[in-house]
Amino acid sequence: MIQLISASKTYPGGHRALVEVDLLVETGTTLALLGTSGCGKTTTLRLINRLIEPTSGEIRVDGRDVREVDPIELRRGIGYVVQEAGLFPHMTAAENAETVPKLLGWSAEQRRQRSAELFALVGLDFPVHGDRYPSQLSGGQRQRVGLARALAADPPIVLMDEPFGALDAITRRQLQAQFQELKARLGKTVVLVTHDVDEAFRLADRIAVLADGRVTQVGSVAELGEAPPDSPIGALLGDRRAS
Amino acid sequence: MRRELALALCAIAVAAAAAAAPPRVVVGSKAFTENTILAEIIAQTIESQTAATVERRPNLAGTHVCFEALRNGEIDIYPEYTGTGLRNILASQASGLSRGATYATVARAFAERYAMEWLAPFGFDNSYVLLMRSSVAERLSVRTISDLSQYPLHFGMSHEFLRRPDGMPGLRAAYPLNERETSGLSHDLAYQGLQQGSIDVTDGYSTDAKILTYELVALEDDRGFFPAYEAAPLMRRDLGERVPGVEAALRLLAGRIDADAMRRLNHAVEVERTTPAATATLFLQSLGIESAAGASGDGQRTGFLRLLYQRRWKTLDLARRHLLLTGGAVVLACLLGIPLGIAASRNPRLARAALGLAGVLQTVPSIALLAFMLPLFGIGVTPALVALFLYALLPVLRNTIVGIQSIEERLIDVGRGLGMRDSQILRQIELPLAAPVVMAGIRTATVISVGTATLAAFIGAGGLGDPIVTGLSTTDYALVLCGALPAAALAIALDYALGLVERWTTPKGIRS
Repeated sequence: MIQLISASKTYPGGHRALVEVDLLVETGTTLALLGTSGCGKTTTLRLINRLIEPTSGEIRVDGRDVREVDPIELRRGIGYVVQEAGLFPHMTAAENAETVPKLLGWSAEQRRQRSAELFALVGLDFPVHGDRYPSQLSGGQRQRVGLARALAADPPIVLMDEPFGALDAITRRQLQAQFQELKARLGKTVVLVTHDVDEAFRLADRIAVLADGRVTQVGSVAELGEAPPDSPIGALLGDRRAS
Repeated sequence: MRRELALALCAIAVAAAAAAAPPRVVVGSKAFTENTILAEIIAQTIESQTAATVERRPNLAGTHVCFEALRNGEIDIYPEYTGTGLRNILASQASGLSRGATYATVARAFAERYAMEWLAPFGFDNSYVLLMRSSVAERLSVRTISDLSQYPLHFGMSHEFLRRPDGMPGLRAAYPLNERETSGLSHDLAYQGLQQGSIDVTDGYSTDAKILTYELVALEDDRGFFPAYEAAPLMRRDLGERVPGVEAALRLLAGRIDADAMRRLNHAVEVERTTPAATATLFLQSLGIESAAGASGDGQRTGFLRLLYQRRWKTLDLARRHLLLTGGAVVLACLLGIPLGIAASRNPRLARAALGLAGVLQTVPSIALLAFMLPLFGIGVTPALVALFLYALLPVLRNTIVGIQSIEERLIDVGRGLGMRDSQILRQIELPLAAPVVMAGIRTATVISVGTATLAAFIGAGGLGDPIVTGLSTTDYALVLCGALPAAALAIALDYALGLVERWTTPKGIRS
């Protein structure tokens, strides 16, 4: 379970990225943070694994204030996926997937076995793709490796920042489908940042709409699907339908 | 008991070895023909007249380098000129001193201030002289500068002489000259002008070999206008204590080399292309001082290819030393530059300061930087190593900073998000990705160092610069090539080898 309690972030220049954000993500569910760029959704995500510290307010993971947890330990227990995968170009696909197990001190054999499992999990062929470098993989394959890397140490929580944003429509649909299946199978708590309304409705259990650093609307997919057109989500859906 | 016996035996052995080892004398010289010949003469005289072994450190960059080396005890003796001692080292403004008074002044001051002794002069001055063609001087029966006033003459003087207070302005005050015309021109042109009769008088140095080549005559300075630049061995006082025979040996040379003899010696090296060592041997034989050196061969210089072949082992040895100098400097630069670069890549202010400082060091001309090292580190390998290190620092430092800063921010962010510590981000992400850029910096630093290290010979650090400096000072271009070509080959070979290393350190995933 992840809780943000009245979390605010003001940058040194005075820019207020987040204003008193309250959010709750139940264990085993997926929350989508939806909004246009600059609305504060990535900042919110990064507060959870302490890549950013809040100016005020509190972030709790499984009931514990994250400030009481060593950030290194905290992050190793939280999967992290970014746009365009962010794979390390000097490591093979398998080495990328083994990043966190290596940090945790697993033996080479254990790591190898785990990355073979992970490749199968995300729909890659380990003997074929394992020893390739990121530059030798397609965008979709890279993002699958990125997902494998995030899941490597079986973290209960996964944070995803526009994970499918840079992919073509067909590949995106394939990966989204794969993700839905994994979500059902693995029971992770997921926070997903996206600007894509369809993606939010397809993948999330609950959606929080952000604008100008504030949560303007939050609810389950079912609730928001029936929200009036003059509500924030209605406006986004309207845009979507009009285009 | 047994231990004491062993200790005593050791002590005896050490004492015996000390007694048996002949004392060592290091003879230095400045980097021009005359000084190297005089140093050879000093060296061979000491070799033949005392039990000491002599080490030669010829072609040190100039007065400053030789004097500092002597002061620090890195050389024991070198040929110096009294006027230079007075003007350049003591910085005295005294003028109008006689030859004897000049010698007395420097002898006293050097003994008091520096514990150095001026030995008896060789017997010639190397000062300014006025020169005429011998045939013209004879026809006009001009022997002294005073004699010049009888004729309206064309004075073709060097630009420097026209400007210096101890040149033309002072000369006009000291002598009633009859200048029909006076023009400024370069030394070489002036000699030709005399030859063709377009000028009558020029200035020169009293021991210049060209006086012989062009059949000129040096007019006697009958009013003693020009300051005395008497050549004499200048030595550390402790040399006399260490090797008692040195002073007596060198006294054999006192007054034995007059200006004419010195001109002939310079002529032998510069025009007849005999080596300074062979020239010195022949001269000492003519004085009846048997030289122990026994100059090899006829002392004639050989062509480039034969010389290169003859010197092959020597060249290999110099190249090895050159590599050690270069390699040592680059390793030091890496030891400081890479950690400093890593620290600076995290701190923009440190980066600016470090790059600024290293950049300034880079703009100091190499020969000047080497000279700055002398008061701090003396002569030899240490100052050269420090100077080369300072040059190598900038490329290594800059490439480390650039290499790390040019890594995509997102990759660092992902590493941190996955739970890497700063040290793990450095080792697993930043260093592997920056490695090719850092390596390129090391490669640049190495190639620069190989080139700059040839200048290190000026401060006695050896290496492939040795034949270059020696060749330049004795106009022996075959010898220059014997240093320059191997140095160039070394630079190209290292560049190629490090190019391979650079490729090898580039992680497979980012090779193009």
